Amino acid sequence: MPRVHDRGGWSTNEPIDRSDHQLTDWERRIDALHGVLGAKGLRTTDEMRRAIESLEPELYESMSYYEKWTAALEILLLEKGVLSKEEINQQVASSKGQE
Amino acid sequence: MATDASVKYRINDLVKVRVASPPGHFRTPTYIQGKTGQIVALCGVFPNPESLAHAGSGLPKQPLYRVEFEQSEVWAEYPGPAKDKILVDIYQHWLEPVEAPGEP
Amino acid sequence: MSDQHDDHKLHPGIGEDSGPSEYELRAKAMEDLLVTKGICTREEVQREVDLMDARSPSDGAKIVARAWVDSDYKAMLLADAHTAINELGFHLPDTTPQLAVVENTDTVHHLVVCTLCSCYPRMLLGRPPDWYKSLSYRSRAVVEPRAVMREFGLEIGEEVEVRILDSTADLRYLVLPKRPEGTENMSEAELAGLVTRDSMIGVTTPRTPETAAA
Repeated sequence: MPRVHDRGGWSTNEPIDRSDHQLTDWERRIDALHGVLGAKGLRTTDEMRRAIESLEPELYESMSYYEKWTAALEILLLEKGVLSKEEINQQVASSKGQE
Repeated sequence: MATDASVKYRINDLVKVRVASPPGHFRTPTYIQGKTGQIVALCGVFPNPESLAHAGSGLPKQPLYRVEFEQSEVWAEYPGPAKDKILVDIYQHWLEPVEAPGEP
Repeated sequence: MSDQHDDHKLHPGIGEDSGPSEYELRAKAMEDLLVTKGICTREEVQREVDLMDARSPSDGAKIVARAWVDSDYKAMLLADAHTAINELGFHLPDTTPQLAVVENTDTVHHLVVCTLCSCYPRMLLGRPPDWYKSLSYRSRAVVEPRAVMREFGLEIGEEVEVRILDSTADLRYLVLPKRPEGTENMSEAELAGLVTRDSMIGVTTPRTPETAAA
């Protein structure tokens, strides 16, 4: 039984949606953040893949590409003790308070 | 302790992909497991992603091969011509040797 | 680590008109915290954004056009892609994943996919298109490549062998498309103009002089 990310040959007749979306600023930045942290050895491609694969299947299938990258980065930074969940929550709350 | 697994297969060797679903991360797709193919290239020797994914050393490094399979071998009802192929990059520890027909 | 899934039960920000989604806020929060803690700088992130924005399929197109006009270069490209690419003035960082170039001919047509995630030659082509990363492409490209190519407008004859490459490991693949007919008198720059991103993935073939002129 393949895991949710192991997609080759899954039964689907779904036509391929060929529309392209322009990356938003935040998507570019999370993409870049992965690259910067990768260059610093704080995150590897293999760890990143493993983190994405660990997402709940229904989330894996519904989250957008960069939402998955965001979730994966949080998993890794928490794991490595670089950031804490509380800090991130607090930072998010502060940013909302400022709107 | 050797840091690299030694290269076991040569181009044109027949190999069979192991069937397994280890806990944790691995890069051998389920659809190709259990299938028999032919080595077309040694891509290089690389750290093991199964270890790297959990911040391990990746040692021993594993030879990585490009393995060619006939689509008709991989899929029960492949709709295309019999000559179509799929090539998958597979680490050595996922491969088992297969004797070519006619070999002793 | 036990409750790290809780926040991932958030709804994705689909159709939200009212400002950033939770994921966007978390992404920004992580960057802000990392910058505050001195783990990275804002400038480093911006530089990386700019670097990836600057990469585009036109880089790959130049490589293809050179290979079309220069058979020695083509041989080098097929044998050692990084060396050949850097010969044309690109500076692939040492950390760039190993790239292999596969050649389409009259008898063989290649198609590239990453069924397990979205591996793609980013340093040469830029970020991959949404469809390449989609669940439907990842599922279908390996089991019905000809139907997938048909959706992109490409019909491959039965006499041509289709070879799918699933980039499951350390290598990334670039397709060297077949040079279109009727291009003998085109300059290298004009040839590069025929080469599309999708033809370097293998779902289509390059533009022809007729369609390019249209």
